[in-house]
Amino acid sequence: MVGAACAWYAARAGLDVRVVDRGPVAGGTTGAGEGNLLVSDKEPGPELDLALLSARLWAQLGDELGTAFEYEPKGGLVVAATPDALTALHAFADGQRSAGVVADPVRADQLPSLEPHLATGQAGGVFYPQDAQVMPALAAAHLLRASGARLHTGRTVTGVLRTADGTVAGVRTDRGDLHAPAVVNAAGTWGGDLAALAGVRLPVLPRRGFVLVTEPLPRTVRHKVYAADYVADVASDSAALRTSPVVEGTAAGPVLIGASRERVGFDRSLSLAAVRALAAGAIGLFPFLERVRALRTYAGFRPYLPDHLPAIGPDPRAPGLFHACGHEGAGIGLAVGTGQLIAQRLTGKTPELDLTPFRPERFESCEEHETSGDSEDFKDHDTDGGDTP
Amino acid sequence: MSERAHLAVVGAGPAGLAGALAAAARGVRVTLVDAAEQAGGQFYRQPARALGARRPEALHHQWRTWERLRDGIDRHLTAGRVTHLTGHHVWCVQREPDSFTVHALRGPAQEEGVTVRADAVLLATGGYERVLPFPGWTLPGVVTAGGAQAMLKGGLVLPGRTVVVAGTGPLLLPVATGLAAAGARVAALVESAGPGALLRRAPALAAEPGKLAEGAWYAGRLLRHGVRTLSRHTVVEAHGTDRLEAVTVAALARDGRTRPGSARRIPCDTLAVGHGMLPHTDLAETLGCTLTGTAVRVDEEQRTDVPGVWAAGESTGIGGAALALAEGHIAGRSIAARLYGAVPDPRSWAAAARARARQRAFFAALDPVYAPPAGWADRITDDTVVCRCEEVTAGQVRTAAGPLGAGDLRTVKLLTRAGMGWCQGRVCAPAVAGLTGCPLTPGRRPFARPVPLGVLAELPDA
Ligand SMILES: Cc1cc2nc3c(=O)[nH]c(=O)nc-3n(C[C@H](O)[C@H](O)[C@H](O)COP(=O)(O)OP(=O)(O)OC[C@H]3O[C@@H](n4cnc5c(N)ncnc54)[C@H](O)[C@@H]3O)c2cc1C
Ligand SMILES: Cc1cc2nc3c(=O)[nH]c(=O)nc-3n(C[C@H](O)[C@H](O)[C@H](O)COP(=O)(O)OP(=O)(O)OC[C@H]3O[C@@H](n4cnc5c(N)ncnc54)[C@H](O)[C@@H]3O)c2cc1C
Repeated sequence: MVGAACAWYAARAGLDVRVVDRGPVAGGTTGAGEGNLLVSDKEPGPELDLALLSARLWAQLGDELGTAFEYEPKGGLVVAATPDALTALHAFADGQRSAGVVADPVRADQLPSLEPHLATGQAGGVFYPQDAQVMPALAAAHLLRASGARLHTGRTVTGVLRTADGTVAGVRTDRGDLHAPAVVNAAGTWGGDLAALAGVRLPVLPRRGFVLVTEPLPRTVRHKVYAADYVADVASDSAALRTSPVVEGTAAGPVLIGASRERVGFDRSLSLAAVRALAAGAIGLFPFLERVRALRTYAGFRPYLPDHLPAIGPDPRAPGLFHACGHEGAGIGLAVGTGQLIAQRLTGKTPELDLTPFRPERFESCEEHETSGDSEDFKDHDTDGGDTP
Repeated sequence: MSERAHLAVVGAGPAGLAGALAAAARGVRVTLVDAAEQAGGQFYRQPARALGARRPEALHHQWRTWERLRDGIDRHLTAGRVTHLTGHHVWCVQREPDSFTVHALRGPAQEEGVTVRADAVLLATGGYERVLPFPGWTLPGVVTAGGAQAMLKGGLVLPGRTVVVAGTGPLLLPVATGLAAAGARVAALVESAGPGALLRRAPALAAEPGKLAEGAWYAGRLLRHGVRTLSRHTVVEAHGTDRLEAVTVAALARDGRTRPGSARRIPCDTLAVGHGMLPHTDLAETLGCTLTGTAVRVDEEQRTDVPGVWAAGESTGIGGAALALAEGHIAGRSIAARLYGAVPDPRSWAAAARARARQRAFFAALDPVYAPPAGWADRITDDTVVCRCEEVTAGQVRTAAGPLGAGDLRTVKLLTRAGMGWCQGRVCAPAVAGLTGCPLTPGRRPFARPVPLGVLAELPDA
């Protein structure tokens, strides 16, 4: 998805673009996740700014490319089960509002008109009209096609070409070299390996997630719905929002429930504990789902960086190399903003957002601590919606 | 071990029953789990009874085998060494540090979750029919060959019905014979393989005289019922407005194309089609077993490459009931030895191993003969629905593979929804593979059956 968005905006900026992928279109994490385009789950900061930029761009693309990728600006509803959770949710929403998010409080008695099948007894909620959804694989395929970029699928990048002075001059692939003055690393979870081919370190790691897909249903869930549970960390006296899985209906009928979060490397084997947590969370919100059948479940590996922000922009360690990877659980949503920023940098314009927080070389000084196993997270079967950690 | 070692057998067809019997006879406690209401699987569920009052001679031998198997299992059931859970649909087998949990659904709507713990698992889940689409194949009145067999069993085939049996593979003969014997008018048996191809494989086939006799017996019965066999022919279209009224068949040239001018229309109200079988491998894949092609890979003892998991019968490759029996028997003996920490002696199952080798050679020779004819996918028109669950047409599939850049089945599925519906691509995957030129790869299906979310939410702790 990120590569497709970079190709689209770069081509529109007048550049000649080639897209190389060792697999098919959308064969990586893009084809194994969901298409929530969320602002609701992000706290004020650089990621939210990128999400807001992306939300605007997605809306434009939705107009331009029509229904080809099932863009639906349906809005998100975050519900709080207890008064405490509601207080925390409102405080969170206040912060978001000052960053430009539209967040409308919803009283408990107004919830049924938004979501008639929601479990009763909720304390209230917040409605986020800017939340939207796309079908990621279709979005990637159609953006690529519409970009006019030349597509080389089934072709693996095996090296990064550099000139004598160290400037990047293209890529080596298993089927010949491709010369170019700029190379964009949009290799997602494998972005660290690609960076290594250019001799630079980018500590991208996989974080597994499962999604549950139900049998097709008539429209019963209208928005993206998830629960905000207030988790008070007594010891540190800090508060954090935890989210339950996002439940959403799709244009095609099935309800999607996702996604779980585990750091277990690239292990694809089914985790019943993870799907159990997803099912339980969804039934908690929509009790009617208890009798609905899950047809399948699938897993994907989110690309994450130690500080949970993506790497976007030029790499001073390898002139000519740009990074656009590490978007963790929000790479579909953030792809278009990322593409736009990369295209602006590639054409010498000033990017719309300050790229400093996304600098790819920002991990130069830190230790390898994250790669050595995250024991505290290793067993959590936490679920999350828009996927911000 | 204080308690006796416990084996869970998934599937009570020939392979599962033979495995259960061999293991139980050697002191293993066995739980047989099967979706059907009765033991017997695909083959023994359709006993010779359906073919008429008198038991056909060619099936007599297998019928006796079945009776022996059933009586043996019955004795163990009475003695409490074997438990048979009927009507249990297994949706997942989970591997734990030193045991397995079999997760099943039961109840009238498969809404109730059941778990069985075991020290070892034998996967004997058999296979399912492959049906390749053609224009008109979604009309009411078009059924699978196995479906027609089921109609027979339920007494649903009314005398006077006009049936065409079509496709390819050794199943078509017994199906056509059964339908004719039950009083249907079988207007034609349309087989895309040519008789010459069978002859060219004669040496391998002759090694299995029993099978040839069986085939000859069916052919004789067909003649007696006046059934016309059109070999090297294919159905190019099914016609009808609300339901099937006729089919057009055409002769095939060597290159797989239809011969110009050979098309003819055959009126009929039922078309039974089948293009061979594919192994059920969902449970094995989720356990992490390696596959070879589309079948579970096993060693000489029928072990998969996941410790504690054996597989036998058609889940390891299509090969008929006799092969399933031999493999099940070997698996059961190997399990009994290994569960008690012993290394089994293959000489103790030498006869079964010989039967296995013979049957495998026989089916390996048949396989290329009954491959779908070259060019079948080109005859699918763009407006033909390929994925019935999601109503995806051949044209949409072709677009995904062409301009949109899908290079494998999974991406075609993502871009078109073909294979995302109720059957999870079990029906349409071979057709999509043929249309796009992608290899037929087994689709990851962690749930072998749709599971109510309530059952998932209440799963016991691992
Ligand atoms: C379960 C789950 C749910 C999710 N839900 C959401 C959601 O609701 N909303 C959201 O915004 N995000 C979601 N995400 C996250 C999102 O899917 C990812 O952030 C996003 O897909 C990343 O896109 P990408 O283009 O960076 O990576 P990918 O899609 O993985 O693309 C990288 C590509 O690089 C190719 N590649 C790698 N190495 C090479 C090489 N050497 N040569 C050639 N090609 C190479 C790969 O083949 C791959 O196709 C979810 C993720 C998961 C796992
Ligand atoms: C129409 C037809 C005609 C045939 N005619 C002949 C013939 O004339 N001669 C011949 O040799 N062979 C014939 N065969 C083939 C023969 O039926 C098979 O070779 C044989 O039954 C394979 O045995 P098996 O034990 O591997 O699998 P099966 O007999 O298919 O048994 C598998 C069992 O597993 C169960 N099962 C599968 N998945 C699950 C699950 N997830 N949960 C619970 N239970 C499950 C099924 O309910 C089934 O009972 C015919 C087959 C068909 C369909």
